[in-house]
Amino acid sequence: MTARLRLLAPEIGMVLVGLLFALPIGMLVMLSLHPQGQLATVPWYSLRGLSLENYVQAWRAANLGAALLSSVLITGLSVALVVVISSVAAYYLARVQSRLSHSLYILFLLGIVLPAQLALVPLYSTMKNLGLLGTPWGLILCYVGLQLPFSVFLYAGFLRTRTRSYEEAGLVDGATHTQVFRYIVLPLLRPVTGTVLILNGIFVWNDFLTPLLYVSGTPYQTLPVAIYAFVGQYTAQWGIVFAGLVMSMLPILMVYFALQRSIIQGFASGVKG
Amino acid sequence: MSRAEVSPPSDAVARAHRARPATGVPVIFIVPALVLYVFVVVYPSISGITYAFTDWNGLTATRGFVGFRNFRELLGDDAARAALGNTFRLALGVMVVQNAAGLLLALGTHARLRSRFVLRTLFFAPAVTSTLIAAFLWQYIYDPSGRQGLNALLGSLGLGTWQQDWLGNPDLALWSVVLVVVWQYAGYSMVIFLAGLQGIPQELYEAADIDGASGARKFWHITWPLLAPALTLNLMLSLVGGLKLFDQVFAMTGGGPGYATETLSTLVYKQAFVFGHYGLGTALAFMLAIIVAAVSLIQLNLLRAREVSE
Repeated sequence: MTARLRLLAPEIGMVLVGLLFALPIGMLVMLSLHPQGQLATVPWYSLRGLSLENYVQAWRAANLGAALLSSVLITGLSVALVVVISSVAAYYLARVQSRLSHSLYILFLLGIVLPAQLALVPLYSTMKNLGLLGTPWGLILCYVGLQLPFSVFLYAGFLRTRTRSYEEAGLVDGATHTQVFRYIVLPLLRPVTGTVLILNGIFVWNDFLTPLLYVSGTPYQTLPVAIYAFVGQYTAQWGIVFAGLVMSMLPILMVYFALQRSIIQGFASGVKG
Repeated sequence: MSRAEVSPPSDAVARAHRARPATGVPVIFIVPALVLYVFVVVYPSISGITYAFTDWNGLTATRGFVGFRNFRELLGDDAARAALGNTFRLALGVMVVQNAAGLLLALGTHARLRSRFVLRTLFFAPAVTSTLIAAFLWQYIYDPSGRQGLNALLGSLGLGTWQQDWLGNPDLALWSVVLVVVWQYAGYSMVIFLAGLQGIPQELYEAADIDGASGARKFWHITWPLLAPALTLNLMLSLVGGLKLFDQVFAMTGGGPGYATETLSTLVYKQAFVFGHYGLGTALAFMLAIIVAAVSLIQLNLLRAREVSE
């Protein structure tokens, strides 16, 4: 009996820690399911009288449909561009051994160390002068530029550990460099592409400051900005606020639970500063 | 290492290839990345450094060179001084607590628990959600009224005297922010520690068992030294992340009460985009950039030394 207890004790202990960890999220969900005013009479963990009333109101008030669409489009486009542009660049950096190639690689590495805050204000003013403020394009441009150094670093680092004999064979057979990249290098890079997609996708999806500066108050608001404006409007009405928070968390959590193993691996392997 | 070395195509073919410049990837492949990177990062960063020495207000086209005036002004400014101190306190607090929590979670879920996979997924989940949502959630938890959140919980447990105005008390507010960051990212540290733990050869523990080593000795003489690379990485990530922290402070306290939670990042935002002092804003950003770069370099060297000596 005591032996079994000793085996079970750590398990029970960790499960309790897990529950404590999940408590804030559980509370968030429960509060969002209680209609406004009902919480004065029942505690938040009560299962009586739950409804989706807050969700209907929050969806309309926060204009979440539009925000969801722009978040999907902006994240998708940014990440797709990062993958294409950085993998092509890495093909050059990993395979060309010249002084130029080496200096460019160092220049890209510098971008990983450099905090983005330094460029924040001048970039904002440049975008303003170019008329890109308030458009999704300025925002996408920002993300691609900001995410390039780290993605280039991951791709080039990986490609350098791989043999170039397949590429050489392709070239001998008369393929162009574009064809070699498309049919040999890109498939070879697939594991890195997974990491790049996950890390950049989650970063862009959750980022708040950049869209706050570039698209707040426009039809292209992403989810975090829409939520920020919405919470400001409904400060005391926590039920509605939390329904909005739950809805904006759902997409990323669904992706996370579906792909958790590769997402956790991506974070552990491609660690970013 | 590479397959080319094991079975080279014939030497003559290989040599012919290396000699032909056509085997080099055309430079056009790097051009799109370079143009975008220079436009978004390199050029604005250099501008940021030079603007820090001007009285630029973002509106007029002219920028007068003012030397170190912005920096002198910031050193005499209460908000900037508070922000500098808070930024360090916040970053160090996050670094210490997040890594301690992450290590405990990793050790806890590394053991052969039946629920270890579910627990790992759970602990990491907050790290993929938005910092802004976490901030709003905790703003509710920290509600001062005592009718809801943490204070209500303490009240119902008979710990009414522990109730606090978590975000409104200038002595507590910064640490309340630290707790939110730790709750969100302890799972991230855990994942990196777990990767480190999985790389420790099991034979070491078996040998120690034969020698009759206690659990604590096994931890100090095997686990801890061999976790050094994971620890290095975790300390770097959490410290740099803490130094740059913006969203949580901006959403939960706006830097208040007073300047109690003001950080360099929130002050950059206020100076540049609220007050229109672009020169002062870039000067602050420049200070932050130097601190982040210096801290990462120092830390990297210190921790490398530790890894070597152990």
